[in-house]
Amino acid sequence: MASVRVLVGTRKGAFILASDGKRRKWDISGPHFAGWEMYHLKGSPADRDRVYASQTSGWFGQIIQRSDDGGKTWHQPGTPAGQPPEPGPPKSASNKFAYDSAAAALTTHQWYDGTQHPWEFKRVWHLEPSLTDPDTVYAGVEDAAIFRSTDGGQNWQELPGLRGHGTGPKWQPGAGGMCLHTIILDPSNPQRMWIAISAAGAFRTDDGGKNWKPINRGLKSQHIPDPNAEVGHCVHHIAMNSQRPGVLFMQKHWDVMRSDDAGDNWTEVSGNLPTDFGFAIDVHAHEPETIYVLPIKSDSEHFVHEGKLRVFRSKTGGNEWEPLTKGLPQKDCYVNVLRDAMAVDSLDKCGIYFGTTGGQVYASADAGDGWNPIVRDLPAVLSVEVQTLK
Amino acid sequence: MIRVILPFHLRTLAHTEAEVMLDVAPPVTQRAVLDALEARYPMLCGAIRDHDTKQRRAFLRFFACEEDLSHESPDAPLPEAVASGKEPLIVIGAIAGG
Repeated sequence: MASVRVLVGTRKGAFILASDGKRRKWDISGPHFAGWEMYHLKGSPADRDRVYASQTSGWFGQIIQRSDDGGKTWHQPGTPAGQPPEPGPPKSASNKFAYDSAAAALTTHQWYDGTQHPWEFKRVWHLEPSLTDPDTVYAGVEDAAIFRSTDGGQNWQELPGLRGHGTGPKWQPGAGGMCLHTIILDPSNPQRMWIAISAAGAFRTDDGGKNWKPINRGLKSQHIPDPNAEVGHCVHHIAMNSQRPGVLFMQKHWDVMRSDDAGDNWTEVSGNLPTDFGFAIDVHAHEPETIYVLPIKSDSEHFVHEGKLRVFRSKTGGNEWEPLTKGLPQKDCYVNVLRDAMAVDSLDKCGIYFGTTGGQVYASADAGDGWNPIVRDLPAVLSVEVQTLK
Repeated sequence: MIRVILPFHLRTLAHTEAEVMLDVAPPVTQRAVLDALEARYPMLCGAIRDHDTKQRRAFLRFFACEEDLSHESPDAPLPEAVASGKEPLIVIGAIAGG
């Protein structure tokens, strides 16, 4: 019997929502790590019980947590699970994210006022476990860089070729900071991956992370002096259907975009959306031309348009969009849905999930036709991921 | 024994009570106490001070004997009352944000 596990990160802890394949009744566990900002949780595709979590705090810094039993118990990699710490020298460096300044000099990036500012590690925004090895996981961090662990999250090494690309002085923070928030692994080519940074743009590696190139041709951004610049674009999120690697969909600050050549060229597919500002975007698990976005009114008003919580679906790969409203509030709603807070399962019919800054997590068990809240009153939701357990 | 009081979130991280007792050889300094604390609770490495520079995290403060010792040299001797175990060294989160 298939089942699903929805991993929810919030401003004040993590929650795990579990259901069978019908996705009608839900068991809710949490808060895990109560009081901490849980930026992202994600399960390993290679081991259903392995889950990684980014626990962070302005006071206490970055912690990486790991579960080896599907989220029932957690430990910091390198520290014994559920046991009191042993005396002796520190065993765990799982929260140590040190930029590799030997391989790529720690340069500066552009600050909000246009001056240059040194790179400073702040937190992990996104964790992307390997498709094949439970102990290998990538981390996208603020200030923007990508790290990799090959020992289950205990030790982290930067892939310095990205930060060392040479365009760093033109990267700048978005409103949420200068974060690397999207990591996509290519299931057909282990040497290829894509990342996205606010506000630098999208980058791709074709050699396992040694070298990276900006892939922003076709993006137009009015907030930078040259709207067509090679870097500097505020890409909010990118999604890809794993059955069709290389076809990418992007929610930029403004504009919904698609690429059919692995990111080398982008075209706008905003079409008839009421507003093309937004954060979240995802692709149907079985229909690679069916995509979902959740339009937000504007970059000045971070809430849904016209007080209506509407997911928009395109079954044509963009341009032609239909609002999905059944079961969602259609008046007096002023929540936001953040970039990592939408996910799909791979059941048939495809399930769609998203969480709001108002603490609701909504689910659709029929590809978006109808929606129900799984839970209504969590802290503000930062991220939503789904594990399909078959 | 040196007494150290931890804020709520560091207690949960270290699976410990609010007050921990540490053996620290003289001279008893901030650095010596934090070294001992991190040795006993390795999950606190990086959560109180930077891994490499050992600088105090910006939103944490060190109080003892009704004084703010946050900006004292990490190698300065702590007050005798802390060194003798009469008073605790308090690690506390600054009131930042809202």
